[in-house]
Amino acid sequence: MSQLIQLGSNGQASIVADTWTRVVPPAPAEESVRKQAGKVVLFKLTGEQTYSPEQIANTQIPATGKILVPLAVWQARKAELQARLAAGELGIVLATNETAETLQAEFADLNTLPIIAIYVERFADGRIFTLGNWLRTRYGFKNELRAIGDVLRDQLFFHKRAGFTSFLIRADRSAEDALASLNDFSQPYQGAVGDVPVWRRIQRA
Amino acid sequence: MYKYDPIDQQIVNERVAQYRDQTRRYLAGELTDEEFRPLRLQNGLYIQRHAPMLRIAVPYGLMSSKQLRKLADIAKRYDRGYGHFSTRQNLQLNWPKLEDTPEILAELATVEMHAIQTSGNCIRNITTDQFAGIAPDEIIDPRAIAEIMRQWSTFHPEFALLPRKFKIAVSGTQQDRAIVQAHDIGLEFYKDAQGQMAIKVWVGGGLGRTPILGTVIREHLEWQHVLSYCEAVIRVYNIHGRRDNIYKARIKILVKALGIDDFRRQVDEEWAHLKDGPLTITQAELDRVAHYFEPMPYKTLPAHDASFDAAVACNPAFAAWVKRCVHAHRVPGYRAVTLSLKPHGKAPGDITSEQMHMVADLADAYSFGELRSSHEQNLILADVQLSDLFAVWEKARAAGLATPNIGLLTDIICCPGGDFCSLANAKSIPIAEAIQMQFDNLDYLYEIGDLELNISGCMNACGHHHVGHIGILGVDKDGSEWYQVTIGGKQGNDASIGTVIGPSFSAEEMPGVVKRLIEVYVRERSDEERFIDTVRRLGVAPFKAHVYAEKESA
Ligand code: HEM
Ligand code: SF4
Repeated sequence: MSQLIQLGSNGQASIVADTWTRVVPPAPAEESVRKQAGKVVLFKLTGEQTYSPEQIANTQIPATGKILVPLAVWQARKAELQARLAAGELGIVLATNETAETLQAEFADLNTLPIIAIYVERFADGRIFTLGNWLRTRYGFKNELRAIGDVLRDQLFFHKRAGFTSFLIRADRSAEDALASLNDFSQPYQGAVGDVPVWRRIQRA
Repeated sequence: MYKYDPIDQQIVNERVAQYRDQTRRYLAGELTDEEFRPLRLQNGLYIQRHAPMLRIAVPYGLMSSKQLRKLADIAKRYDRGYGHFSTRQNLQLNWPKLEDTPEILAELATVEMHAIQTSGNCIRNITTDQFAGIAPDEIIDPRAIAEIMRQWSTFHPEFALLPRKFKIAVSGTQQDRAIVQAHDIGLEFYKDAQGQMAIKVWVGGGLGRTPILGTVIREHLEWQHVLSYCEAVIRVYNIHGRRDNIYKARIKILVKALGIDDFRRQVDEEWAHLKDGPLTITQAELDRVAHYFEPMPYKTLPAHDASFDAAVACNPAFAAWVKRCVHAHRVPGYRAVTLSLKPHGKAPGDITSEQMHMVADLADAYSFGELRSSHEQNLILADVQLSDLFAVWEKARAAGLATPNIGLLTDIICCPGGDFCSLANAKSIPIAEAIQMQFDNLDYLYEIGDLELNISGCMNACGHHHVGHIGILGVDKDGSEWYQVTIGGKQGNDASIGTVIGPSFSAEEMPGVVKRLIEVYVRERSDEERFIDTVRRLGVAPFKAHVYAEKESA
């Protein structure tokens, strides 16, 4: 069973097959010290490298098919990925400590990307929402925006309102169950991506 | 007060349904503790020492008698027949069962109440002055804006999982009573040179482990932009706030790390994209919401009332209560009344279900059916006629709610401490009780005059000890409970953080320590000087000398 929920153009959500293969760099040779301490580390200074040069060099990229690659891998291996991009077979994965600005520096028109995925390491990292919002409102990204990583149904409503159009539910949870949560609230108060505050939307008594 | 329309009601109902299912999934083992945690917290549910603790939202401290009756009934049915008003104007229940919380929320929804975002790393209940709308020194009634902000922040899609909790306070008076400087964002409303409503914006205040008073980030913000501006501030925080260390995760740390100028620059850059967008509040929306906060149907009354004057003249106990618990009102012939939740020897802020019913009755009979809670953990009847004060006093007194100690040393702000809170290093309620018993002589209390004493059971500073004239902080030393004392803290326009006077004391020593601090004050004060002013004039040295000298000779 697929774990991918997608919003159709009519706003209806359904479970669909995932046609994108996520390219993940190999684990680092040494666990980072902070991780060894057994603590969850969420905060990475913006600009800090997500992956080491070795990891990036050792990343296996499938020869064919649609691939989602981390921004850092794209930056380091553009030459070999260029053709995939041109063929519409390349999407970028942004980590929550990366910025939309860096992405923009790589792709003057973000819409050359058929998909951008934002990877959230822990569901409690709310930066994903601001990133989604920025990509939609500030950077004019119109294609598929996907939430991946520790994605649980209880945050989907927020993901959706922050501009995401697809959601890869964590592997051990039911995407079927998660579908319903997209409609937890029918008339939210505040504006969001593609939505205005309630008082601009409807006449209130 | 604000009245729900079908949209407000639907949101609260949908929240109950959502939370009911989340609780069901948790109890069925489909959600881990870690996954359920932020969900329950955003519904006000903590897991505490004895039981869960449920924090029910009282937006900007305003409630109706009907709502208070519902709180009374909930406390009776699902708890042990009492609740605890907190420094954030909310009501906490100390003993509910987790399984019952969906039902409690469902009951609250029937009276337009909820527990949304009373905890968790999101925008919390917005607080303001308990005298909003009636204070003689009020420039602007902040309640409509507070309500607009409540709605904007409720389930804000971008700010559901911030690095840390986020607190906003609004104030519309000359004398700040909302402690805007101790909040993540403080909004001080004023009228600008053109007579327009404007806002001075403070950012990066907070108490807790690292107490910092806020800094002004913007002197003049047009009110229409308050949502877009706050959104810009919180966005910068959401992206750059530290998530690696919860003790460094508040916005105050970010503002300090970047410096206010760099922080302001980033906010302004962000704001440039949001300003004048759909978040701009329209006059029509402000008017719509403000209409719920229009002045009460006041009678035209003379400024004086003969029966009231006579009662004050011939009844010293009543006169004492009037002096401490009755406050000025902008409308002639009316007064605001504080019902003291600080009787000597009881946990500050606690109120029983019976008392809640009593207070609701008083509100119906004498104050247009409305009530407020204050961050000092008392209840307020805001609109009482002069001629009714005596009757209100008699009834309040019969219910144990008329201790004439408002603003005095025994009007202690106190967190639940080690009796209830699993984060505590030390108990705080018994300390408050012991101090109240030590100062049981009302005449002496009056002589001491205005004094704020605040107690927290740990560094989290729920009792605001840093901004108390005298602050008491529970600390843990080798597994036993000790108390550190600060003096010189203050809330309000000239807020300050107190200074530690020296090594900590045992619980038994605390009433004596306070007594000796007061002795120095009484000895050193000039006429009419308040405790805080004496401390500011003399510094901590004489206080320290007296307190520790006695300690050594003892
Ligand atoms: C037993 C239940 C409670 C728990 C578990 C609890 C927990 C906490 C925690 C963890 C903090 C630290 C926040 C930080 O440093 O960022 C905090 C702060 C605070 N709490 Fe509580 N609290 C409880 C009860 C209360 C009560 C009853 C009050 C009011 C009397 C209160 C009012 C506050 C306030 C005003 C702060 C503010 C500190 C600031 O401005 O940074 N809390 N609480
Ligand atoms: S100050 Fe500490 S002990 Fe007191 S309620 Fe807050 S967290 Fe608990």
